[in-house]
Formats: sequence, structure tokens, C-alpha cells
Amino acid sequence: MAPSAVAAPRVKRPASGLRAWLGVVPFFLFAILFLILPSVKLFVGSFADNEGNFTFKNLLQLFTEPSILNAYWLSIRISAVTAIGGGIFGFLLAYSVTIGGLPKALRSMLITFSGVASNFAGVPLAFAFVATLGRTGFVTALLKNVFHFSIYDTAFSLYSFVGLSLTYMYFQFPLMVLIMAPALDGLKREWREAAENLGASRMQYWLRVALPVLLPSILGSMILLFGNAFGAYATAYALTGGALPIVTIQIGAQIRGDVLHNVGLGYAMAMGMVFIMAVSLGGYSWLQGRTERWLR
Amino acid sequence: MTTQASSAPAPRERSRAARILTRRGFPLWSWLWFILGALYFILPLYATLDFSLRMERDTIGLKAYSAAFADPVFARTFGYSVLLAVVTILVSILLVVPTAYWIRLRLPEARRIVEFITLLPFVIPAIILVFGMIRIYSSPVNLPFTDIRLLAPLTTSRLGTNALIVAGYIVLGLPYMYRSVDTGMRTVDVRTLTEAAQSLGANWATIMVRVVLPNVRTALLSGALLTFAIVVGEVVLASYLGLPTFGPYLFLLGQHRAYEPAALTFTTFLLTWAAMGIIQLVTGGQGQVAGAH
Repeated sequence: MAPSAVAAPRVKRPASGLRAWLGVVPFFLFAILFLILPSVKLFVGSFADNEGNFTFKNLLQLFTEPSILNAYWLSIRISAVTAIGGGIFGFLLAYSVTIGGLPKALRSMLITFSGVASNFAGVPLAFAFVATLGRTGFVTALLKNVFHFSIYDTAFSLYSFVGLSLTYMYFQFPLMVLIMAPALDGLKREWREAAENLGASRMQYWLRVALPVLLPSILGSMILLFGNAFGAYATAYALTGGALPIVTIQIGAQIRGDVLHNVGLGYAMAMGMVFIMAVSLGGYSWLQGRTERWLR
Repeated sequence: MTTQASSAPAPRERSRAARILTRRGFPLWSWLWFILGALYFILPLYATLDFSLRMERDTIGLKAYSAAFADPVFARTFGYSVLLAVVTILVSILLVVPTAYWIRLRLPEARRIVEFITLLPFVIPAIILVFGMIRIYSSPVNLPFTDIRLLAPLTTSRLGTNALIVAGYIVLGLPYMYRSVDTGMRTVDVRTLTEAAQSLGANWATIMVRVVLPNVRTALLSGALLTFAIVVGEVVLASYLGLPTFGPYLFLLGQHRAYEPAALTFTTFLLTWAAMGIIQLVTGGQGQVAGAH
């Protein structure tokens, strides 16, 4: 209440009329030309048939066309698996360097490395994993020579669902570490002490105090990881060459040549993707807002 | 009275902390997770490095690196990507700094909408962005509802395509650049600085160049390095707009070579690390997260 009462007169004072808005014209012009217009084009196009007439058919077809449904389902599965897996592993890592009792130096090391790894993606990441888990990869050879265990005799392949998920994990869990480390720092010592004074065990403290406080943050971050994987294209393309038809790769094929034989359907597919990304970002910021009541 | 009260509980607290620590003993699980994480980080990099050093049979050497760097196409594409990155950084500074400054100073009511726009690139992945851009700018842009041509198709000329890709890269880097600059301006309180400069008789250009820019230089540097890391390895925009940058080159090289791509992959990793390391250094650990996957 108080801050807004103080801020209100200041906001009103400049009486920022049209002249003040002139200052942000270049930014808005840029945003309209290169962000809004392209999006609106796809949006409008998804409601048009090949003759340019208005139709809902494209949007309905998203739910009936098997190749599109498969693409979405595959993307959703990969994103969910890497978001949950990367989320849990990232949380445990963040825990271990914040309140888990590891030396302070390891923390800054892990944070720096996480910053690098969450930015290390696309073609180089795919190549690094081929050198690691490909047919002649380092770890593949190591397992074969030392443990006489050939992973390619099992159903494993780097160029499959499992392989792509393992590769995505490389940028997924570091992102979780970067988001969760500050949140774990926000757990107050007093809460733990209060719980202990009341006779709570460590288990009880975690289940009834720490996790409920952290839960919105954990869920929100996992949703963010979901969107992070959902929008990925280059890593998957460089690794599998399009053999795994996730949504981004299908859209890429649609841009190169109208593989769906329906321009509007391609736009609708892109819009479906934007919708899922928007929901995931919205969910993240909503949950993050709920966390801030406790952790600041 | 107050000093007594505040100093008295301190030893007890410390001993309690010590007790908790000793009771918990050696953090076995923490070490386990940390070592697992470290292995996940390091193994792919080690594997790439190891592979890149084995181009010559039975010896460890840098032949793959010298071969990769000697390729004139590498020099051309990499130089081109660096150039695009530099132009992108300069234009986005020109776009973001005055906007963020103006909003802080004169137009706080525009803050929400501008912040919303700067977050849009998270919702619109690169592949969708390039899809929309190609569909808009591969045909001439007319004034709405008329036949008056405003703009020739951008994708048919080299200059137009370059402008388009720089615009796309600015969009990809916008969330990081804007956040970084806006945070920088909040911490140095540009309003007070501006009022001080104005009272000393500085004009707007002087305030911008000699007061605002130097005070947000750390923010600019970290935004610029993140943009650099995004642009140099980027493939989606470049390949769909058909421009010969480093990303598509590395991808094509991987189709018919084995050792050189590994060498370049490791080099790219070192570059990313250098960029992030400098950000950590200048911002004191307040670095940010990017992602152009």
C-alpha cells in the first residue's frame, strides 16, 4: 500500500503526453516490424485456407492429422522427460552446493559451469554427444573395453528418443541449478531451527516446511525447462538429421517446402507451438510470483 | 543494552551451527550428486577433446585444429558470424539503452508493455520467428489496403537478408540485453545522475555518452557477451535465410568430416566459457541465463 501511495504523484507529475511516447517509437517500430508482424502473419494465416478464405479447419486439423499429433506428442514427451529428469537432478545439485554442506569453492565452480553449459547447445552440443555416446564414442568404448558391455547391443541409440533426451539434459539441469540455487539460499535458518526446537526430524522438516515453500519454485522451473526443450531445434536436427520428427523439425520441413500441402496448416502448427510456449512461460512466472511471498 | 543483547546470542548460535554440522557429518549424498553432475558436464567435453586430438594415427596432436583453422571457408564463415555479432550488439545497444533510459526517466507507464515485448522471444522460438519473417519479407511490403509498395522483398538481396538476420538476432538477444541494461540503470540510479548532469549544464547527448553509457558498461558488456555467444553458433536463422555463417558451416562440416568438427566444437565451447567467465567476473556472479537451443 505504502509504496504505491508514494510513487503515485511521481508517476503523474511529468504528465507524459504524446511527446514522451515519441522517445520509445524506435523500439516499438522495431518490435512491430520484426516481432509482432511476423507473429501476426502466422496467426492470421492459420485461419486461412489455400484460397485465402477464413476457416477454422486448420486449427481443427491439428487434432486430427496423425503426423502432426505424433510430432506434438513426441515433443511433449521429450520436453517432459528432460524437464522432470533435469529438474530433479538440477535440484539435487543445487541443494548439494547451497545447503548440502559442500565447500564454498565448489559452489561458484558449479554455477559458472552451469552458465556455460546452459548456453552450450545446438550443433556443437550434438557433436560433443556423438563423440561421447556415438557408436565409436568415448564412453561407448570405455564401457566396452573396461566392462565388456556394449551399449549398442542393447536397444540404446544416441539418435533416438533416449539419446536426444540425454543430450537435452546437458542444457536442462544446469538451467535448473541456476534457478534453484538462489531459491535454496532463501530458505531461512530460523525455520530449520524452529522445526528442530519443536522436535522435528530432518525428514519432517523437509516434507512439511522446506518442500512446501520451495514447491512452486520447483514446479515453475520445471515448466520453464519444458518450454526450453520444446523450442529446441538445432540440437535435435544436428543429432538426428530430422529422423526424430519433433514439432520444430516438422515446422522446419514445412518452411523449406510445403510438406503438409497446406500452407495454413503449417501456420496453425506454428501457432500451436507458440501457444504451448506461452502457457509454459505464463505458468513459470505465476508460480515464481507465488514463491516470492516466502523466499526473497 | 542493545550491544549486550545483540552480542550475547552469537556464541550460542555458532555452537548450534557447529553442532548441526558435526551431527550431519560428512555430506555423502551431496558429494555423490556433485560428482555425478561434474561427470555429466565434463565427459562430453573430454570425449570431444580426446577425439579432436587423434587425427593422426597413434599420436596425440593438434592436426585437427590446424586443419580446421587452415580451411579458408572456416575463416570466412567465422569472420562473417563475428561481424554479424558485432553489428547486432551495436544496433541493439542503440535500440535498448535509450529506450530503457527513457522509460526509467520519463515514461514509467510504458514499462509493462516494453517488458512484455522483451519477453516475447522466449515464447516465439527461433524457428517460428524465421518462419514469420520469411513469410513477411520474401514478398514486397505494401501499404495496407493499397498497392503502394513500401519495401522491396528483403530476402532477394544480400543487404536485405543481412538486415533481416541482424534484426532476428537482436530479437533473440533482446530479453538478455534489456534485462541487463535495465538492471544496470536501476543500480546506478540514472534519474539522480541525469539531474546532476543537467544542473551542471550538460545536454542530452553529453548525458547519454558521458554519463549513462559509462555507468552501465558492465551491464552492456554482459548483454553483449551473451548476444555474442548466441549469434556466433546460431544455425536456425542463418540456414533458413540462406546465409553462409559459422553455424551452418560447422553443421555441413560434420556431415563429411570427423576430426575437424570435433576441434571446432571444442573451440566453440572454450569461446562460450570465455564469454560466460567474463560475465561472471564483471557482474560478480550476477550473470544470467541464455539459451539458443
